[in-house]
Amino acid sequence: MIEFVDVHKSFGPKRVLGGFNLSIEKGETFVIIGQSGIGKTVALRHVAGLLHPDSGTVLVEGVQVNGASPGTMRKLRERMGVLFQSGALINWMTVAENVALPLSEHRRFPKKEIDRLVDEKLGLLELGDAKQKTPSEISGGMKKRVALARVLMSNPDIILYDEPTTGLDPVMSMVISDLIRQMQRDFGVTSLVVTHDMKSAFHVGDRIGMLYGGELVQVGSPEEIMNTENAVVRQFINGDLEGPIRAQ
Amino acid sequence: MNSGINNTGRRLGGIFELIGSRVMEFLDQAGYTILLLARAFYYLKDAPPKAREIVTQMYFAGVKTLVVCSLVGVFTGMILALQTGIELQNFGMQYQIGHLIVASMTREMGPFMAAIIITASVGSAMAAEIGTMKVYDEIDALEMMSISPVKFLVMPRVAALATMMPVVSVYIIVLACLGGAVVANSILNVSFNVYMKHLYKGIHFKPIYVGLLKSFVFGLIISGVSCAYGLRATSGELGVGHATRSSVVASFLMVLIIGYFITAIFYG
Repeated sequence: MIEFVDVHKSFGPKRVLGGFNLSIEKGETFVIIGQSGIGKTVALRHVAGLLHPDSGTVLVEGVQVNGASPGTMRKLRERMGVLFQSGALINWMTVAENVALPLSEHRRFPKKEIDRLVDEKLGLLELGDAKQKTPSEISGGMKKRVALARVLMSNPDIILYDEPTTGLDPVMSMVISDLIRQMQRDFGVTSLVVTHDMKSAFHVGDRIGMLYGGELVQVGSPEEIMNTENAVVRQFINGDLEGPIRAQ
Repeated sequence: MNSGINNTGRRLGGIFELIGSRVMEFLDQAGYTILLLARAFYYLKDAPPKAREIVTQMYFAGVKTLVVCSLVGVFTGMILALQTGIELQNFGMQYQIGHLIVASMTREMGPFMAAIIITASVGSAMAAEIGTMKVYDEIDALEMMSISPVKFLVMPRVAALATMMPVVSVYIIVLACLGGAVVANSILNVSFNVYMKHLYKGIHFKPIYVGLLKSFVFGLIISGVSCAYGLRATSGELGVGHATRSSVVASFLMVLIIGYFITAIFYG
């Protein structure tokens, strides 16, 4: 479904991805863990076509993302949604207008149908009361849920989650993690989650991969990662000061 | 001796490299801005569904700047009347002050003053707003929804500013003429009737349409430059600040340069 083949990416002298390989199956939730600034978001953005590799290939359902024509990219993105770290809601629009955006801008549906779908998605995420509020009037957790409702408007097969629980309190983190699980269970969505929140990673992931030094140093089930012998992964998940990882 | 020559050569090389990189940056940004404006023109076909956003932007450019435009207009007219009126008084020609004010305001100062106000208040806000959207992934979110940021953000702003700039210019010109009348009457002892008679004499068709054309072009420049800098903002809040500052500087420079060439084409 999603495949990285020997992907290299550098920003100036800084090598972020160096021979990055990964294959995610249809309906699977894969979590990339790693330190802040290590390149997790960079990997995710390659899938969305928001960044292009210096070399290597990124495939989504067999279609090469890097080098795809605008038409191909548009078709791919119609089946894909990204939950950005900040939520990326449009500030001057209400919650309802933000959620309606993917459909209202393309004018493919009558307004009544869009309103019905907005109510449905907001209801699903328990946001009915916030409909007429603007993003500045709602909490961080609500913003993430509104952003998720907006993603769901186009019924995507693939959802990319960029640090979905960062900045949220533990309860709200678990609410968002549950929603990610629910998306997979109820809609069969294929998900790529990047996070350094280990509790959330173990909760949502079918498989977890640790990004370090530009490549995945270990990939395994949550149990395998929890009981790993790999020094890098062990130091990261335990939050130890001693070990091969140095603070960046 | 040789090392001295080498050092001088290296320093000169560094200066040329710096100038070269600055020129390349300028050309890159200018090219990007022109292409952005061209794409905004293309999306004018989608203007009717975006009417609400265009009207909102027109409100920001016109109504929100009303107080500052009023003050600038009145005081520009008063200063102009005072400075030139005193000189004209030496030749006993102070009654001509109305003619002079309307001529200089319609030809050059009206559009230029409007451009300064709009760049400082509206253009900078545009660059900051779009820049913030860029660094907080909102532009990427639009791309992911297959919504063109040019159609969604740039076109309404370009359409609004290109429409409102001539209106703001005319408003400033009218208020400058009124400000001039106050000074003419109170300091230069020119009656309101005489002032208005000579002011009407100074109104000609060509300066008006050239002034309006200038305002329209300035509107395109300010909106295009501001949106372009905003869309290319990087590196968080610092990048937004940099984009805003650069957009104001570039807009001022472009208004001056393009303004000169429009004047040269029509009056040269």
